[in-house]
Amino acid sequence: MAVSAATCSLEKHPERRKILIFVRYTDRPFISVSIYMDESVIDKLKILAESAKYDVSCSSSGTTRSNQKGGIGNAAGWGICHSFAEDGRCISLLKIMLTNHCIYDCAYCINRRSNDLKRATFSVTELVNLTIEFYRRNYIEGLFLSSGVVRNPDYTMERLVRVAKDLRLVHRFNGYIHLKSIPGASRELVNEAGLYADRLSVNIEIPNEKSLQLLAPEKDFQSVFKPMSYIQQGVLESAEERKKYRYAPRFAPAGQSTQMIVGATAETDKDILQLSSALYQRPSMKRVYYSGYIPVNTYDNRLPVLKQAPLVRENRLYQADWLLRFYQFKVDEIVNDAYPDLDLEVDPKLSWALRNPQAFPVDINRADYEMLLRVPGIGVKSAKLILVSRRYGRLGASQLKKMGIVMKKAQYFITCNELPVRTINELSPLSVRSLLSRKPGRKADDRQQVIQFEE
Amino acid sequence: MVVYVYDKTFDGLLTAVFDAFARKSFPDLLLAEGEALPLFCDEVVTICTDDAKVERVWKGLQKKLSATALHCLTVCWLSELPDIDLLLFRYIKKAFNSQSSIELNFGDPDVLEVSKVWRKVSHEKHRMIEFIRFQKAEDGTFFGAMEPLYNVLPLVVGHFKDRFADQKWLIYDLKRAYGCYYDLQEVREVRFDSKEEHLLSGILNDKLMAEDEKLFQNLWKAYFKAIAIKERINPKLHKQHMPVRFWKYLTEKQG
Repeated sequence: MAVSAATCSLEKHPERRKILIFVRYTDRPFISVSIYMDESVIDKLKILAESAKYDVSCSSSGTTRSNQKGGIGNAAGWGICHSFAEDGRCISLLKIMLTNHCIYDCAYCINRRSNDLKRATFSVTELVNLTIEFYRRNYIEGLFLSSGVVRNPDYTMERLVRVAKDLRLVHRFNGYIHLKSIPGASRELVNEAGLYADRLSVNIEIPNEKSLQLLAPEKDFQSVFKPMSYIQQGVLESAEERKKYRYAPRFAPAGQSTQMIVGATAETDKDILQLSSALYQRPSMKRVYYSGYIPVNTYDNRLPVLKQAPLVRENRLYQADWLLRFYQFKVDEIVNDAYPDLDLEVDPKLSWALRNPQAFPVDINRADYEMLLRVPGIGVKSAKLILVSRRYGRLGASQLKKMGIVMKKAQYFITCNELPVRTINELSPLSVRSLLSRKPGRKADDRQQVIQFEE
Repeated sequence: MVVYVYDKTFDGLLTAVFDAFARKSFPDLLLAEGEALPLFCDEVVTICTDDAKVERVWKGLQKKLSATALHCLTVCWLSELPDIDLLLFRYIKKAFNSQSSIELNFGDPDVLEVSKVWRKVSHEKHRMIEFIRFQKAEDGTFFGAMEPLYNVLPLVVGHFKDRFADQKWLIYDLKRAYGCYYDLQEVREVRFDSKEEHLLSGILNDKLMAEDEKLFQNLWKAYFKAIAIKERINPKLHKQHMPVRFWKYLTEKQG
């Protein structure tokens, strides 16, 4: 198929510059195929990268796979970032859309049908070659492919799967592939995608079904959660199979992820975090991403007017997400009916500590791991360091400082070998809060204020 | 003050450990051959690196420390920091003198310091894996150059050998003037007598580049520009993740 596509374009555009690429077929090794790539690809690449950039996920972690003979690439379990864009976000995968044509008209999306913007479509061969050539130069870890919905979800999904299949079977590519599962795609296609992709994802985008219906009338929760459960079933079945047969195929070994837009609708942090917490209960869900709403369609009056994306709120949500995943917090401890929103001034862990002074001070030399994790200023690494080192002798404040514990914060919440007692209980939570929150000299970003939604 | 003079190799250091325990006198200073001695020293001992002694010390260490901790010591050696030999010497001495393994006692300043140096070197290794950029030469070899802070090239070779098994590549350390070349079979250490332009600048001359190389470089630059969200530009974070010292050799940051 790749050969015929290439020869067609050869006949049509003989003036284009020729690039020889050796394509290996699984059964017939080393057939040389000539494919054209030229400046027109640059324009497409620009358009389709612009369209894909609002997807947050770019991680390449979760799969460890070494190269196979005659193939290219491997996957490192911890993920590798190859570059960082000027907004400070990691570039690990070639994050791109197959096409930005779309039949839907979702209010929050830049690629909505009613937007007047340049549209482009990659051919499967172009995209596959781009991925391989970028990979060979160590620019990327692999491909993150998404797409606007053209014709119908299945048609679009089938083309996404074809790219992944070509990469894996024709080019024997062992790098990372993240495929977006198109909402509403059929079970068969999701199952096929899972065989070639490392990670699959379906974006929830709006954490509440009513708001979703308002902003994206053509979508519903059903179309999002159905593919999610297909993926989950695929992952579980494959895990079961692999217990019986060692070489049974892996299904999306890096699990699935999803994304929610923050600040486009009236949901509180409690709504958002409760949904993510429920999602993390599912066995295959690895990451929930939060994306501060960037006003891309300012003319649409269903959306709020923001001076700037709610970056601080987004950051606090990520911190809360970390507490859920790595710090053994329950979602009710972070947000509940009394505190439906996260504190923008202090981080969620400190905020919990200030609300629960009765849990402190924690004795560094005696407390168990769960309690060490709850001390502001002690992270997962430091908690583990403390745990192993205190077997050799009691730890003092100077040692803790050298180990990398943030004593500026932790001093109010711990006792250790010789630390003077001036903890949160002597000082009162309110004064600890003022000691640790933003310095008055530094100007607060007034663009980050909370936006009030009318009910 | 006791001064040991040795050949500044890891084997030399292990021999020094052997001799120190044999002589029951431990050095306050480790110097390279030919380095100026301090004004006052009670004793100057010259160490002759001896494979048999190295072997015995290493075997002894294997009984005292885990394989991970031993690997950690070699990684720290690659940091090439000025006082790293004395630090490792103290660490090894403590390991031998202790009944049980000392490797997890982070309350001890030397153990903590070794783990910190290890972290720094590993970080630099990871940076090299992330930020090396290959340019395809006319003969099909992929050339990439960098100036890592520490001598991490030996640590990254395995990764690239597995990943790019079907392409010839040369990774060159400009600071230490040596490279590793993979010829589809195995990796060899290479040094060049006459330095061509790209071995000094790290960037391939247009004449040496493969025909399609410029195109893919331009594609990558265009992608890099397009993927940034204008509303979220954050130069501080950008520089924190991708320090300016790497920019010279990063395709997307050139021109």
